[in-house]
Amino acid sequence: MGGGRRRKRSFSRIHAFTCGKASFKGGHSLIGGPGFSRVVYCNDPECFEASLLNYGGNYVRSTKYTLVTFFPKSLFEQFRRVANFYFLVCAVLSFTPLSPYLPVSNVLPLLLVIGATMGKEVVEDWKRKKQDIEMNNRRVEVHQGDDVFEHTKWMDLKAGDIVKVEKDEFFPADLILLSSSYDEAICYVETMNLDGETNLKLKQALDATSNLHEDSSFQNFKAVIRCEDPNANLYSFVGSLEFREEQYPLSPQQLLLRDSKLRNTDYIYGAVVFTGHDTKVIQNSTEPPSKRSKIEKRMDTIVCFLFAFLVVLSIIGSIFFGIATREDQENGKMTRWFLRPDETTIYYDPERATIAAILQFLTALMLYSYFIPISLYVSIEIVKVLQSIFINQDLQMYYEEADKPARARTSNLNEELGQVDTIPSDKTGTLTCNSMEFIKCSVAGTSYGHGITEVERALAWRKGSHLAREMMEVEGKIEEFKEEKLSIKGFNFVDERIMNGNWRNEPRADLIQKFLQVLAICHTTIPEVDEETGRVSYEAESPDEAALVVAARELGFVFYERTQTNISLYEFDPVLGKKVERSYNLLNILEFSSSRKRMSVILRNKEGKLLLLCKGADSVMFERLAKNGQEFVKQTKEHIAEYADAGLRTLVVAYREIDEEEYVEFNEQFTEAKNRVSADREEMIEEVAGNIERDLILLGATAVEDKLQNGVPECIDKLAQAGIKIWVLTGDKMETAINIGFACSLLRQGMNQIVINSETPENKALEKSGEKSAAAVAFKASVLQQISEGKQLLSSLSKKSEAVALIIDGKSLIYTLEDDVRDIFLELAIGCASVICCRSSPKQKALVTRLVKTKTGSTTLAIGDGANDVGMLQEADIGVGISGAEGMQAVMSSDIAIAQFRFLERLLLVHGHWCYRRISSMICYFFYKNIAFGFTIFFYEIYTSFSGQAVYNDWFLSLYNIFFTSLPVIALGVFDQDVSSRLCLKFPLLYQEGIQNVLFSWHRILAWSFNGVLSATIIFFFCIRAIQHQAFREGGEVAGLEVLGTTMYTCVVWVVNCQMAISISYFTYIQHLFIWGGIVSWYIFLIAYGAMDPDISTTAYHVFIEVCAPARSYWLLTLLVLIASLLPYFAYSAIQMRFFPSYHQMIQWIRSDGQSDDPEYCHLVRQRSLRPTTVGFTARFEAKSKSTKERDRGH
Amino acid sequence: MTDPNRERYRIRETAFYLFTQQSLPACKPVLTPGWVITIFLFMGLIFIPVGLVTLRASHSVVEIVDRYDIECVPESSRIDKISYIQDDSIPKNCSRFMKVRKYMKAPINIYYQLDNYYQNHRRYVKSRSDKQLLHGRKYHDTSSCQPVELNNGQPIVPCGLIAWSLFNDSFTFIRERAELKVNRKNIAWKSDRDHKFGKNVHPFSFQNGTLIGGGKLYPKIPLSDQEDLIVWMRTSALPSFRKLYGRIEEDLDVDDVIVVNLMNNYNTYSFGGKKKLVLSTSSWLGGKNNFLGHACIIVGCSSLVLAIVFTLLHLKYRRPYGDTSYLPWNRKSLSG
Repeated sequence: MGGGRRRKRSFSRIHAFTCGKASFKGGHSLIGGPGFSRVVYCNDPECFEASLLNYGGNYVRSTKYTLVTFFPKSLFEQFRRVANFYFLVCAVLSFTPLSPYLPVSNVLPLLLVIGATMGKEVVEDWKRKKQDIEMNNRRVEVHQGDDVFEHTKWMDLKAGDIVKVEKDEFFPADLILLSSSYDEAICYVETMNLDGETNLKLKQALDATSNLHEDSSFQNFKAVIRCEDPNANLYSFVGSLEFREEQYPLSPQQLLLRDSKLRNTDYIYGAVVFTGHDTKVIQNSTEPPSKRSKIEKRMDTIVCFLFAFLVVLSIIGSIFFGIATREDQENGKMTRWFLRPDETTIYYDPERATIAAILQFLTALMLYSYFIPISLYVSIEIVKVLQSIFINQDLQMYYEEADKPARARTSNLNEELGQVDTIPSDKTGTLTCNSMEFIKCSVAGTSYGHGITEVERALAWRKGSHLAREMMEVEGKIEEFKEEKLSIKGFNFVDERIMNGNWRNEPRADLIQKFLQVLAICHTTIPEVDEETGRVSYEAESPDEAALVVAARELGFVFYERTQTNISLYEFDPVLGKKVERSYNLLNILEFSSSRKRMSVILRNKEGKLLLLCKGADSVMFERLAKNGQEFVKQTKEHIAEYADAGLRTLVVAYREIDEEEYVEFNEQFTEAKNRVSADREEMIEEVAGNIERDLILLGATAVEDKLQNGVPECIDKLAQAGIKIWVLTGDKMETAINIGFACSLLRQGMNQIVINSETPENKALEKSGEKSAAAVAFKASVLQQISEGKQLLSSLSKKSEAVALIIDGKSLIYTLEDDVRDIFLELAIGCASVICCRSSPKQKALVTRLVKTKTGSTTLAIGDGANDVGMLQEADIGVGISGAEGMQAVMSSDIAIAQFRFLERLLLVHGHWCYRRISSMICYFFYKNIAFGFTIFFYEIYTSFSGQAVYNDWFLSLYNIFFTSLPVIALGVFDQDVSSRLCLKFPLLYQEGIQNVLFSWHRILAWSFNGVLSATIIFFFCIRAIQHQAFREGGEVAGLEVLGTTMYTCVVWVVNCQMAISISYFTYIQHLFIWGGIVSWYIFLIAYGAMDPDISTTAYHVFIEVCAPARSYWLLTLLVLIASLLPYFAYSAIQMRFFPSYHQMIQWIRSDGQSDDPEYCHLVRQRSLRPTTVGFTARFEAKSKSTKERDRGH
Repeated sequence: MTDPNRERYRIRETAFYLFTQQSLPACKPVLTPGWVITIFLFMGLIFIPVGLVTLRASHSVVEIVDRYDIECVPESSRIDKISYIQDDSIPKNCSRFMKVRKYMKAPINIYYQLDNYYQNHRRYVKSRSDKQLLHGRKYHDTSSCQPVELNNGQPIVPCGLIAWSLFNDSFTFIRERAELKVNRKNIAWKSDRDHKFGKNVHPFSFQNGTLIGGGKLYPKIPLSDQEDLIVWMRTSALPSFRKLYGRIEEDLDVDDVIVVNLMNNYNTYSFGGKKKLVLSTSSWLGGKNNFLGHACIIVGCSSLVLAIVFTLLHLKYRRPYGDTSYLPWNRKSLSG
């Protein structure tokens, strides 16, 4: 454990800001009281007291069902659906004499439908079960007594166990840190799975236990922990440790949470406090909300309408039936004597006609159940699962580098993907790779670095001008270069002028040397030397800091060791002309804070000179320059502006030399300020630090690219063209967020920015004054005022159709999300082309998402990668997780996981559009076919005095939905494409069909229902008029009930399947097989069923072979009815297609005319965007060309 | 692996790839004006001739319909037809004259037609036992035959309302004093005779109850040979229906007068039904019904009209290629 020892140092010594030690205060007095009653006997979980408490084990279950609860629970879930419940009632009733048909014709479809859905549940739950098993069987070393540590399964852990967790392992439960491999008992923890933050967190054990370094130290270790009860708050913990008869306070500083990971520490010892479902992370995991798509909700409404309609039909029928039944007996004499009304049952009794009518109502309800598509739900579920398989299989959403395909985790939101209106997006890890790359720098007024950022590339691509060619050349050079050298994480700098030590030959080599020294020294990273290769890598708090140190390393200033007081470099000395080892005596670190926006180090170099090296944001640095240090201010400022426009993060680098006296004075003040224990400690430190960070001499500026993921600007541009709004919700600083906004073209130069910021000087002053309530009121007032100002600006600009961006910080968000401000804020936000919320907490992200979702009623898709996005993902209509290198938390709570942000383009514009189209067409068609079928049954009732006699054979009835007409609909739902994927991407505006819900509007649903009624009318009346009472065959035979039924059913099967054929415009072999197969299968069924024993086939016995097939009128009638029923729809769609084509039809035109490659032609149709004010580089380019034109005109 | 095998494997691979990437070769028809007009014209050109042929077939059928239910009740009894028909003591014979207006070629089908008779009423349709019809008294579970199931504890064969209400008017035809031969065989479906009505099943205790419904059966003849019953038991689809009675196997000349001697036994008076006697030849399409022909012609004509209207509109109006202004989202933004 030499490494651990070597790294022993006092952190509190150099760092300016460190958190104080825990002490008994506040909450600790509550221990033992209600809510704070947990007692854990460390290292003695079997003792008597502990067994009395009986805390749960560490077994974790995430499955929905257990073996016992599966049947009752899943059946309950099934019959909670109104339609299923209705069919259940029908199935029960079908065993009574009320039934118009055999029970089997109702029970069989229901069993199939319920069985299929339950099968799906089993498969899904089994997957979860397997995950649980894996998790519960992970192993960790547990103290078994007598200083023996043994590997034990996670699920066997008990509260009070002492566990030893090694480097890079997950903590199995919530632990209290007792000691670690470091002498100071600190450890580093990565909490990515909890909050999505990638930086390491420092935890430190109590001094009392910090010396338990060996396994053997635990032989006689005994302690009692008293603490709060299990709760969901990740950031608080109150408890006390009783050890050697003394009480020590415990704070979150000692708590290691389950699902976080031990990093940079060889091992730790910890005592288990919370196990299994008591752990904070599991307490925190809310039941994932079950999401249903809008289409499905509307579908439920339609089913309800249909049900109401069915009831109305039944009532009408039963009234007529009641009247007819009453008339069966007139003055004690039978009229329809052949029905024997004198010797009847309650169902047909003329004397009790009212009751008969009421019972008849139930019969009718069952008979007309064919209006309600029983197989709709199960078909949709099958279709969605298949659709998700297609999404998962899509190679264009497969991320080869990480071997990660897209994964649709829940399949019930596919069509919602086609209706997304707003995308709240996380930034870090989602838009960006969360890797910073040093790409450019400006030293002594000269800009170095040829690298091209993603933004520049995107812009150039769009312009397609000579610039692009130029860039291609540069890129070629870079590629060449890269081939020679392996790419280095965090470094993307190419400039032969200063690489490979060439900087010595530059005119201001001395300044370049100083510049690089600053980069190598002024930071807080910790180096790690690989003992084999000798390469140095760095562990930094933020990736951009690491990027600068890496840059210095690559340019010849290798920082390799940090001790308490020294920083050591290998650097090139131009005077000596060789590489030397040099160490600097580190005196102070003035750390970065968001208010200071800079950091400095003070050191003494070999020559004994005192130097202050400083880097910081341009806004604070330029005003701190000395008069004689402003040599390159003009050039540097220009370069910084250039870099910023290319989407880079810039830092200004400067230094100064300090006199001994000045330093002594400073150090005194600084130490005093640091040792202060009052509220204004930090301000004091800031002030002292600010006093010495002045009169700086400018060296230059660095530009670090917060590297956007591949293709992000293009993707955002496409989405913007499709009319989707993108909101960036990030925890980052405002500056960073704005930079990224520029980088991905959500912001552009010349866009009006409304900035709502509560960090104004007045607000700060108020906060300092300590009156919290007054400060809050003032805050709110100022936020309100800023919002109303913004709205004025917005309304004045929207007339000129200029784009506006809204940028708001987290503190203001607190107030804007309050009930009374919410609506105005939302109005403002909706009017803006882009919205960026910075410094927002996970909860605020979720709240903003909810605000958009509920208030505008539009579909939201949240995308994020970290655990801090979980709330947002669950709140949004659809949550998309980025399955990047980060933790799995976001993916686990997402609905769909993709590997890269750019796949969103294909996911939405192609799959989303298709799925939306498929599902909505499918549902419309379902209602069509069932209405068509149901109405033929109803019409027939008119001719049977509403007695409830079905015109079709029982088996025909039950197989209609599940056999003859189901496969083509499923084919429609799985395979249909209005427009190929290439054209979907070429005409992004097509996506508006989903947002505006064109394909599933009430208008369209009604039209399809009407079409169903029309088809039924034509089928029924044509059939009964053609097969009246005359002979229907050459031999003079007349048609009975079974012939009419068979003929009509044949017509229905033909019409419904052919209606499908003419309403889709995409035929693969599969469609052909299913549609024509559906019709053929009807004939095959008819022959096979007719050949069965008359006991089974009853009226259908030989009906086709003997009766219908030889009759020419049967065939002629089928053809006539088919054409007559389809003619209205065909005429309608021909006219609509020709004279009022919808957008996808226009694209179909273009494709069929073979002109999809003719750019001018396409331009006609290709409306660039929905609104004139939008974002994306297309808009940026247009805005730019517009302003150029205006300038030209002005000249 | 041989070469053709590998080739096949490769093809399967690519087909699978295309399938999963949703880019299978597909036919993507677009309703271009050319297609639309062609289809409409084609429909018109098919259906008009077919309609004409069908109509011709229907017109070639000669049909004589004679309603006799009122005429066959003596004037004196017409006020209370019900008690007339229910009075067994009154002889029910009646003579009707039918004049042949057009040459009728044998075979000439004889039908009786009933109107307002709900043979498709659920209670009626269900009231039978197929098993009993096939197996006779061996089959005991005849509960479906309610209310005509048992008579004094004896099972009725055939049971059920349908059989009980068997039509029992009978007809004889005389031309020029010579009786016309009426073939009453083969009027029922062969499958019914062979597979649904038992060859060894004889009527039992039939029409022995207090209330006599319709016709009686010959107790000695098995059900499979009682074709009147078989015909009757194929329930009709609509309340107005014809059933085959027999066939005259001689041609009838123009102006032949046929004397029909009939027994008017069946009661349609209590529910206001009509009874008709129909003599009809048949064409290749069956009996006389102009509907099919008319419908074909109408569908054909409307297709033609649509073709013409569509062509005119198509020629008159420019194709709205790039015109996206009326799309729903643009309309909304214009108005909003």
